[in-house]
Amino acid sequence: MSETLPGFRLTQPESVDQAVAAMRAEPDSRFLAGGTDLIVNMRRGLAEPKNLIDLNGIAELRSITQDVDGLHIGAAQTLREIGEDEDIRHRYCAVAQACDVIAGPGHRNVATVGGNLCLDTRCLYYNQSHWWRKSNNFCLKYKGDICHVAPVGKRCRAPFCGDLAPVLMVHGAEIELAGPDGRRRIALADLYEEDGADHLRLAPQEFIVSVHVPPVDAASVRSGYAKVRVRGAIDFPLAGTAVLCNKHDNGSMVFVVALTGTNSRPFLLGGVDPVAPGQNLDEAFDQLEKLVQKQVSPQRTTTTAAHYRRLAVAALTRRLARELAADLADG
Amino acid sequence: MPETTKRIISLTINGTRHEDAISDNLLLVDYLREDKRLTGTKQGCDGGECGACTVLVDGQSRISCITLAASCHGCDIHTIEGQAQNGRLSAVQRAFHEHLGTQCGFCTPGMIMAAEGLLRRSANPDDDEIRAALGGNLCRCTGYVKIIKSVRAAAEALQ
Repeated sequence: MSETLPGFRLTQPESVDQAVAAMRAEPDSRFLAGGTDLIVNMRRGLAEPKNLIDLNGIAELRSITQDVDGLHIGAAQTLREIGEDEDIRHRYCAVAQACDVIAGPGHRNVATVGGNLCLDTRCLYYNQSHWWRKSNNFCLKYKGDICHVAPVGKRCRAPFCGDLAPVLMVHGAEIELAGPDGRRRIALADLYEEDGADHLRLAPQEFIVSVHVPPVDAASVRSGYAKVRVRGAIDFPLAGTAVLCNKHDNGSMVFVVALTGTNSRPFLLGGVDPVAPGQNLDEAFDQLEKLVQKQVSPQRTTTTAAHYRRLAVAALTRRLARELAADLADG
Repeated sequence: MPETTKRIISLTINGTRHEDAISDNLLLVDYLREDKRLTGTKQGCDGGECGACTVLVDGQSRISCITLAASCHGCDIHTIEGQAQNGRLSAVQRAFHEHLGTQCGFCTPGMIMAAEGLLRRSANPDDDEIRAALGGNLCRCTGYVKIIKSVRAAAEALQ
C-alpha cells in the first residue's frame, strides 16, 4: 500500500448552497476541485482536513459561456476544457497558452481553473515529506517558527506558482465568490496578498464560483504567456509572465504585464507607461525589462538561483512584448 | 486520526462491472492494485509527478495516485491489463515490443495508457502531439526516442 491519505469524509454537494452549508456544518473542511495540489499535499502531511467538499458535481461550476459582458468560466471547468475552447484560443490567447503548459496531460484532465487560482504556495523547504520537514524543524509556513529561506524575516517567502492567475489578471478578470455571507465579486488581483503562509484573501469558508473576463477586441489586442521551468512538462514555473498588448485607434500602445512564480502573490506590473504613436518600441521594451527586474522578488525557494529567475522572467517579458507588438503590427 | 466513512462505488474496469465498498480516502491506484489485484498499474512517485500510475478514466488519462477512488463512481476505467485481448497484444503494446519502446518496463504501463488515450482522440498524431501527450510520463531509462517511435508505429498500424 502506498503512503496513504489521512482519514477524512468526502461530501459531494450538487449546488453552491449545499457546498456552503456543508462547510458551515464542518468548518474544518477543505474544498476539493481537481485535487492535483491538495491530494498531493495531504499525502505529504501538509493538510489534514476532517472533511473534503468535492465541488465537481455542481453544475453551475461546469460551464464556459460568452456574451456581451465577456467570458464566463465556471470554477470547476478543467484546464483541458478551457485550453481546447476555440473562442478562448482566438480571443484570450494567453489563457489557452497557459492551460496548455500546466503540469502534464493527466493533471490538466482534472485540474480546474478555481483550483489553479487557489494553488498553495510552494517552497523547497515546504513541499517535502513529513520526515524531511520534521528533521528540519518544520518551517514558518507549517508547524514551524522559522523561515529557512530568510531566517531573519518574520514572513513566509514561498512563491505562488499558478499559471492562470497572471493571464487572467492581464485580461482584467474578476471572480465571484460564495460563502456563508452570500456572494461577492472582486477583481482577481485582489484575491492575493504578499504572504506565503496566507496568500489568499478569501473569507473563512469562501470558495470561487466563477471567473469573469471582459470582452476582447481580437483586432486590437494580443496576449501571451511564457514561463521558465526545469523540464518542459510537469514542473511548476520557476517564474512566469503574462503580457497583453492593446493597440488604440490613435496608434498608441498599452502593455499590461502580470508575473507569477517570483513572489508570494501574482501581481500586475506597476508603472508601465503607454507607448505614444511613433515612439521607439525598444525604449518601451527596455522599460518593461527594468520594471520586471525591479519589482519581482524571487528568493531561495527553488534549487534554481533567484538571480537567474529574476533575469529570466524579465527577458521573457521583453521577448513576449516584442512578439505581441510585432503580431499586432502585422495585423 | 479523523474518521473515514465508507461508500459503495460502482464502476467498470476493463469492460467488467464492479461494485465495492471503499473508504472515502482510498486512492484509485490502491483500489486497483490492492483491492482488484490489478498490479500492472505501477506506483512511482506517489505525488503525481512521474505518470507510472496512469490509467484511462472515461477515455482520458488520469494519474491514479492522486485520484480518489470515490470520485470514479460510475466511470469507465481502463488499465494495462485490459489492453491485450484474447492473448493478442494491442496495437500500442505490439509497437512498444517491436520498436524497443520498453527498457526496464516500469514506466511502460503508464506510457502505454497515455499513448492509448492519445490515439483514441487523435488517430494520426505528429511527433509534437505524441511528446505533449506523454509529457506527464517519465522514463528513467531515457528511452524517449524509442517510445515516441513506438507510438508513431502504433498509429500507423491502426490506420
